[in-house]
Amino acid sequence: MNEVTSNNVDRENLYGLAAEFTTTPAIYHAAEKANAAGFKWFDCLVPFPVHGLDRVMGVKMTILPILVFFGGMMGLTAACVLQIFTNSLEFDFWALLPVVGYQYDVSGKPLLAAAAFVPVAFEMTVLFSALTAVFGTMFLNKLPMFYHPTLKHEALARATDDRFFLIIEARDPKFSYEEVEAFMLSLNPETVIELEK
Amino acid sequence: MTTAPVNKPDNTIEDPSNRPKLILNHTDFGSVTTDILRANESPKPPKSWYFALAVSFTMMSMLGLMIGYLLLTGVGVWGNNNPVAWGYPIVNFVFWVGIGHAGTLISAILFLFRQKWRTAINRFAEAMTIFAVICAGTFPGIHIGRVWLAYWLFPIPNQMDMWPQFRSPLLWDVFAVGTYFTVSLLFWYLGMVPDLATMRDRATTKTKQLVYGIFSLGWRGSMRHWHRYERAYLLLAALATPLVLSVHSVVSFDFAVAQLPGWHTTIFPPYFVAGAIFSGFAMVMTLAIPARQLWGLKNFITMRHLENMCKIVLFTGSIVGYAYAMEFFIAWYSGEIYESFTFINRAFGPYGWAYWIMVSCNVVTPQIFWFKKARNNIAIIFTASLFINVGMWFERFVIVVTSLANDFLPSSWGMYEPTWVDVLTFLGSFGLFMTFFLLFIRYLPILAIAELKAIMPIADPHGHGHSYNEMTSETDAQAELAEEDE
Repeated sequence: MNEVTSNNVDRENLYGLAAEFTTTPAIYHAAEKANAAGFKWFDCLVPFPVHGLDRVMGVKMTILPILVFFGGMMGLTAACVLQIFTNSLEFDFWALLPVVGYQYDVSGKPLLAAAAFVPVAFEMTVLFSALTAVFGTMFLNKLPMFYHPTLKHEALARATDDRFFLIIEARDPKFSYEEVEAFMLSLNPETVIELEK
Repeated sequence: MTTAPVNKPDNTIEDPSNRPKLILNHTDFGSVTTDILRANESPKPPKSWYFALAVSFTMMSMLGLMIGYLLLTGVGVWGNNNPVAWGYPIVNFVFWVGIGHAGTLISAILFLFRQKWRTAINRFAEAMTIFAVICAGTFPGIHIGRVWLAYWLFPIPNQMDMWPQFRSPLLWDVFAVGTYFTVSLLFWYLGMVPDLATMRDRATTKTKQLVYGIFSLGWRGSMRHWHRYERAYLLLAALATPLVLSVHSVVSFDFAVAQLPGWHTTIFPPYFVAGAIFSGFAMVMTLAIPARQLWGLKNFITMRHLENMCKIVLFTGSIVGYAYAMEFFIAWYSGEIYESFTFINRAFGPYGWAYWIMVSCNVVTPQIFWFKKARNNIAIIFTASLFINVGMWFERFVIVVTSLANDFLPSSWGMYEPTWVDVLTFLGSFGLFMTFFLLFIRYLPILAIAELKAIMPIADPHGHGHSYNEMTSETDAQAELAEEDE
């Protein structure tokens, strides 16, 4: 097709331009070229993670694993504090906290039984790490976000089905309508679509 | 429902030079979406779905009635007695938690081992996990007797300054099962977000668009999002792997930490974990076989997938068989009279019939999967999976009941017999499980659509298939078959 579907979006209201592709090699090379051309505010909308696409787009490694590590450590600490404080003898600094130990005397076994505290400590480490992984991803991805220019255009609905889109946003310092349009057409897309903010 | 020829070409042939196809008769992304969602998007599900839902819902209501009756009357309506204070509720709890292990095994462990065939079965196995854990959680909840005090299980500050006993395996269970449920739910939901977005974008009614829209969180398929998403998925898999092994280990501690003969053994954690995976896979097969038939998914859940599951069932079933043998050996080798008596009593005592049902279902039945003919025969797979489900329930019955009924002193022995309330409550839990499952396959994406697309050969951005499915086109495949015939 190689033509621009003009929605007559005025330039003030232009979110960016989208180029539509049908194959993974096409989007892969398009993203590679967009990155090489020096665009910063560009993205690819794809129905599944295309292997290596994030790398050629120049996406930096996410900090998520670090967050998850600290989440896990928090879980471990919380579990240890919870178990030690609630099952142990009184400590001198007890008064600082509204927690009083409940001492179960079972066959005279130690109240602070490190080995017996392992399972709960493990489970809570995993729990907090998993919660951090999921909510951390949502936070870093700024989801939920129910309004977005790319969700507005009908043609882009196929990004969750079988089409691949390269989006270059108007806020990119290198963005100029004519140049980006020419750049996109040079990639031989199905269509180029104007996106309204 | 799919009109495409099914399981032709045969992808169960072992040929090291050619990787087997995991998705049959599909060469483009669009048709994968359409075919998987066909059943969800059709205005009316098949009649058998309504029938199954009606039966399941009735059974679920029966569970509600039984619990109501229990609460109004007291635990005396059960067969539980002294010494067998655990009875059916704990047997059912361990049974359901065990079933719940396959989902996370498939989604986490097989993911880490790069077993790409998992993508066709992980979604509904995860769903099954969640529903099974809900069923499991019901039983200890009602077994505590005074249900209104169930919150005592949790470390909640209260006016009595009372805290749970953290050195008890029963409390570890609360944390293990609670964590397992939460993590499985998160894993399931995170995996489903992109597919829910697909359903949102294909929705034909406003309501569907709104509901799927809310649950898909505004997912738009951005590769920058996918980057973090993939990392999160990997992290969850790495976290869930030790978790899934820990959960049934902790369940086994409920037994192993006690001093009863037949319970107090160190083999319990690995033995329980293997048994859990075994029963979970059997349940996945029990559900997958009718589901792929009804929902027209034979091109995605292929014979190859069923065959792989059979192999896992054979492997874990053999571990279980080894554990049974080892328990007997140790009972004899230890020279402990109580331990030896317990095991002889299990096999030849008053509950011997349950023991032999267990052995024949769990040890003998899976051995049929040594034969490829059996692994490729739907009727045999389905029957075997049903036998294994039965066998694994009896395993828990044998462990719980025989050790409690006949322990050390004959003066404290007592036989156990379930009442009709016990039996109907157990059957009712199947209703709960199936109702959730039927609603799931109708309203949520039953297969991981995005993940399935990613393992197709055309998903490879370098254009030459070093991905899992080497051949795609029908002609290629048929040529391949013709070659093999020669």
